[in-house]
Amino acid sequence: MTTNLKHNLVVFTCFVVTALTLTPVVMMVLVAFQSDTESMAATPSFWPSSWHPENLTRAFDLVPLGKYLLNTIYFAAGTTLLETITAALAAYAFARLDFPGRSWLFGVYLATLMIPSQVTLIPQFVLVAKLHGIDTWPGMILPHAFTAIGVFLLRQFFLGIPRDYEEAARLDGANRWQAFVRVIVPLAVPVIATLAVFKFIGQWNNLLWPLIISNSDATRTASVGLQVFQDTNGTQWNLLLMAATVTTVPLIVLFFLTQRWFVRGITMSGLGGR
Amino acid sequence: MAIDTAERTATKTTAPQQPAPRWRNRESLTAWLFILPSLIGFLIFTAGPVVAAGVISLLNWNLFSPPQWAGLRNFARLGPDPTFWSALGNTAYFTLLSVPLTIVVSLALALLLNQGLRRVAVFRSLLLLPYATITVAVAFVWIWLYIPHDGLVNAVLGLIGIDGPAWLISDGWAMPALILMSVWKSFGFGMVVFLAGLQAIPQQLYEAARVDGTSPWQTFRNITLPMLSPALFFVIVTSIIGSFQVFDQALIMTNGGPGTRTTTLVMYIYRTGFENYDQGYAAAQSLVLFGFIVLITAAQFTFQRRLVHYDN
Repeated sequence: MTTNLKHNLVVFTCFVVTALTLTPVVMMVLVAFQSDTESMAATPSFWPSSWHPENLTRAFDLVPLGKYLLNTIYFAAGTTLLETITAALAAYAFARLDFPGRSWLFGVYLATLMIPSQVTLIPQFVLVAKLHGIDTWPGMILPHAFTAIGVFLLRQFFLGIPRDYEEAARLDGANRWQAFVRVIVPLAVPVIATLAVFKFIGQWNNLLWPLIISNSDATRTASVGLQVFQDTNGTQWNLLLMAATVTTVPLIVLFFLTQRWFVRGITMSGLGGR
Repeated sequence: MAIDTAERTATKTTAPQQPAPRWRNRESLTAWLFILPSLIGFLIFTAGPVVAAGVISLLNWNLFSPPQWAGLRNFARLGPDPTFWSALGNTAYFTLLSVPLTIVVSLALALLLNQGLRRVAVFRSLLLLPYATITVAVAFVWIWLYIPHDGLVNAVLGLIGIDGPAWLISDGWAMPALILMSVWKSFGFGMVVFLAGLQAIPQQLYEAARVDGTSPWQTFRNITLPMLSPALFFVIVTSIIGSFQVFDQALIMTNGGPGTRTTTLVMYIYRTGFENYDQGYAAAQSLVLFGFIVLITAAQFTFQRRLVHYDN
């Protein structure tokens, strides 16, 4: 009887905590559907007294949210693809191939892992500005596509794959490239997916870099677009929070679709701390 | 994210030698072909800028006119600059409050979810949701939640008879408001790490404790906490590094104000570099930020030897 009571108490607490945690997200959606007068009244109301789905099109009319979302996808997908592919190739060489200077070069990669992105921010900006890359896609994407973390994580994983798998393919006449594509990559799909999901979500969230590099709608991402929305339209709460909802929902959907890899990535990094 | 593991492996990178030396030249060539796409980008956009940051910090440069040599003057300017000290103090305040709070909330929720619940995965996903939202977007909702007088936060406080402050526009409460929002945004990460750590603790340890009749607190203190210490250490290190770089929510919710009450180090670097175009000074500030992160991390690794229990 007492275990039953304890169990019910645990379940009850879980529900309360989850409800509290989700409140801000739920409120974002609720206010997004309120009328202008209701959302800007001196006393905010919580549940909309009338629903205004037309707020969605009104928000899109005020700022090109669709364009911003598309730009965000370009930015996030571009950096993710470039980083994942180049990191997998380099990680394979560091894990499996022997060449002079290997440990030295890998050490250089490792040394940059601890350096916060703010240190490289100013030189990267200067470089992009000098190369006339401000407000262009190469200027947005390239500086964020070559961090050491991908090379480091994938190399660790590749080292754990038994050499025999690859040797078998090599005896059948496969060269290094074929062994990499046919043996190593298929085995590493979960890790590569984890890395890709984290990079994608991280870049979707990135505010500082797009803020300084994009200065027109051509490359402006959703994060920066929201900030512009706030600047130009003040606190018209229903439309502002509608815009916030529109930019957050794709990420939440992505999170639920990929959460297996997402959770795996967190625990991997956490327990990798051993 | 993997800093601690990085250091660990750095000392033992050399893998077993390849057995066939006659392949060696071809193998080096192949290796360079594999590495080159990553290496070119890495040298230009990551390693190069690190070195360049050091050089730029020694210049007096606004990007538009030719740079002038400044020596260490940019670093000397930090001493008498009140905004720098206030930004440093604000960042320290943010870190000192948000990190312990995040750890306590994450750990409490991980312990709660580890009580043999049937739908753990569902609750875990829902509680992880804030971690997977856009900071800028949810920052707007939090501004709305913090509306003075009748906002949701103050409405709830009013129910228990507390007259809530004006939060984001109040000198004393703007920073705590940012901290609360940041804890909400980030606790999911620690919670997932702790939950995985808890699930990895062998059940025999708890059964042995039950046989010995130890109290729940003793069990937590003598079994759970030591077994969880590597995960705890990892989350503390990454949380401190992350909170030293706080920027997005402060820019959106308070824009550093009132006054400079919530101006953080990264926000000051941003203002110096991209609003005042004082690139040399901004680079110097970023190196000081890096210095603090190195110092704190080194201190933590020193403590780790005494406090963290590793299995082998």
